[in-house]
Amino acid sequence: MKTVYAILDFPATKWLFLIFVLVMPLASLLTWAERRQSAMMQDRLGPNRANIGPIKLKGILHFVADALKMIFKEDFIPANVHKWLFTLAPLLAIAPVLIAFCIIPFGPTIYPHQYTQVLDVYGLATDPTNVSFADSIRMQMFSVDFGLIFYFAVLTLANYGGTLAGWASYNKWALLGGLRSSSQMMSYEVAMGLALMGAFLVTGSLEPGHIAGHGASSSMSPSNPLNWLWLWQPVGLLLFFTAAIAETKRAPFDIPEGEPEIIGYFVEYSGMRWGIFFLAEFIEIVFISAVVATVFFGGYQVPFLDPDGFRIGGYIDPNGVSTSGHFLLLPHWLVTALQFAAFGIKVILLCAFQLLVRWTLPRFRADQLMNLGWKLLLPLALANIMVTALIMLLFMGGN
Amino acid sequence: MSAAHDHAHDEPTTGPKVLAVADRHPRVRTIQVERPEPEDASFVAATTKGLGITLKHFARNLFLPLKKLTERAKPGAPDEDKWRAEIETVQYPEEKVKYPERFRGLHRLTLRDDGAVRCVACMCCPTVCPAHCITIVPAETDDKGIEKRPAVFEIDELRCVVCGLCVEACPCDAIRMDTGEHAKPVEDRANAIETKESMMARGVRSIATQGGEGPNWRDGKK
Repeated sequence: MKTVYAILDFPATKWLFLIFVLVMPLASLLTWAERRQSAMMQDRLGPNRANIGPIKLKGILHFVADALKMIFKEDFIPANVHKWLFTLAPLLAIAPVLIAFCIIPFGPTIYPHQYTQVLDVYGLATDPTNVSFADSIRMQMFSVDFGLIFYFAVLTLANYGGTLAGWASYNKWALLGGLRSSSQMMSYEVAMGLALMGAFLVTGSLEPGHIAGHGASSSMSPSNPLNWLWLWQPVGLLLFFTAAIAETKRAPFDIPEGEPEIIGYFVEYSGMRWGIFFLAEFIEIVFISAVVATVFFGGYQVPFLDPDGFRIGGYIDPNGVSTSGHFLLLPHWLVTALQFAAFGIKVILLCAFQLLVRWTLPRFRADQLMNLGWKLLLPLALANIMVTALIMLLFMGGN
Repeated sequence: MSAAHDHAHDEPTTGPKVLAVADRHPRVRTIQVERPEPEDASFVAATTKGLGITLKHFARNLFLPLKKLTERAKPGAPDEDKWRAEIETVQYPEEKVKYPERFRGLHRLTLRDDGAVRCVACMCCPTVCPAHCITIVPAETDDKGIEKRPAVFEIDELRCVVCGLCVEACPCDAIRMDTGEHAKPVEDRANAIETKESMMARGVRSIATQGGEGPNWRDGKK
């Protein structure tokens, strides 16, 4: 049994679990959901025909059909492309996003020896080395102090995918798309980092697991929705979400793609190579949703669900344990299951919101994006930091 | 040069306000107009409103029952239509839009009371056909009242422009385009040729009096 726990606690296991249980299915389904959702918004039905015999599932199987089509399509490499970079570019687009997922806490810490009983939160707070808390499995692959900095650093690399694809394609339109991709990155990246700075100030941590697990204030339970950062950093949330949509290179910021004019940096790609760019875009949607859910919406926290059960009207005792109030104790396995589900639901809702934005707003021109990024988002982000810092200093005693 | 050019110099009465006009060439001039910033430069209000509209449509179409094709919204539809999805998609081929009565579809050849083809091979339709898609080979008949019939009557549906002139030209209601059917997709061009038999298979008896009204048509009876 100890070996099993050790394997489960192995970082690669968690990463594979996250990627293959949440990210990949969600990203694949998003390709279908996007088409259905946009159709519904435009008073159409959308793709609902793909089927295996009588099994139709409202057309969900379209993503299987799409994948099969892309896999069996001719893998065409035009003459004069830089073959090495041309091959590398799709991988460069998708790998950083998959790597960045390792900072996401997608569930609570599991204590296998207490799985069937109510979690002993007092024991955990006062005596965490007790044998009954051994073999704990933390549902986050990479729990480090610089978590969100790591995400910024890694996800910026994904831009090289687009830029190199444009450069290697030996095509003027692709090159334009690649250059636009780089210039767009310049416009939003600074504002995106600074937009999260307020959240760092409030929580005092760059570690997404810590932000999700503790919330904004130590005087409230982290499961209280009022303790989640959307309330404490509304401007930061708005700015970060805007910049993050720019990061996914989707409408209204799909300037590098620009279907009606330049088609985009992947104009020369076909088959699964193009499919990888496509998939990378959808994985980025999932990732942005996961980050926003973790930082601003309490991550895996279910509203009013403390580690030992539902509780309303309690308080935090000196040990940092949420206690008293009206409560309903639940076994540890049920709490963790609910928290996994909560994270999934939050991510799905935020994905749906991104699709809503994508199918509502028209595309910005390149200069409008620069104006938005440099003249609106950046000053607002700086002001947000100033105001947050002042409030922290004056009212929270510099916490 | 003159009229057109002078006309171009008329100041526009509507449209954006002209700030400056530069004539660098007799035929080219640059007009600088006022481009006011959007009222809501932060986009927030407009974005929220737009998201509301799309969300409303999405929710309505997701949760409310679909209208049946036959009940699709007509202008002045009853109030309960507010609680129906607005989806306009027609689920072809399970659902089909009803064509208007005058829709010109595949040809058919009408029949006599005894089931023989009504056409008398007068050659009016191939003569009037602008696409030359009708081929008729006439043959004699034993019936002295009819004299001719088509031995071959073929229409190349690939050449047909569906103008309906053949129907107009026919003196004895022998050819019609009121089937409401499309030309069918084929894999071989030869299969796109409608033969006398295939068009007669779609045929019906014509209600026009057999052989015309006869010599006593002035009497008002058969």
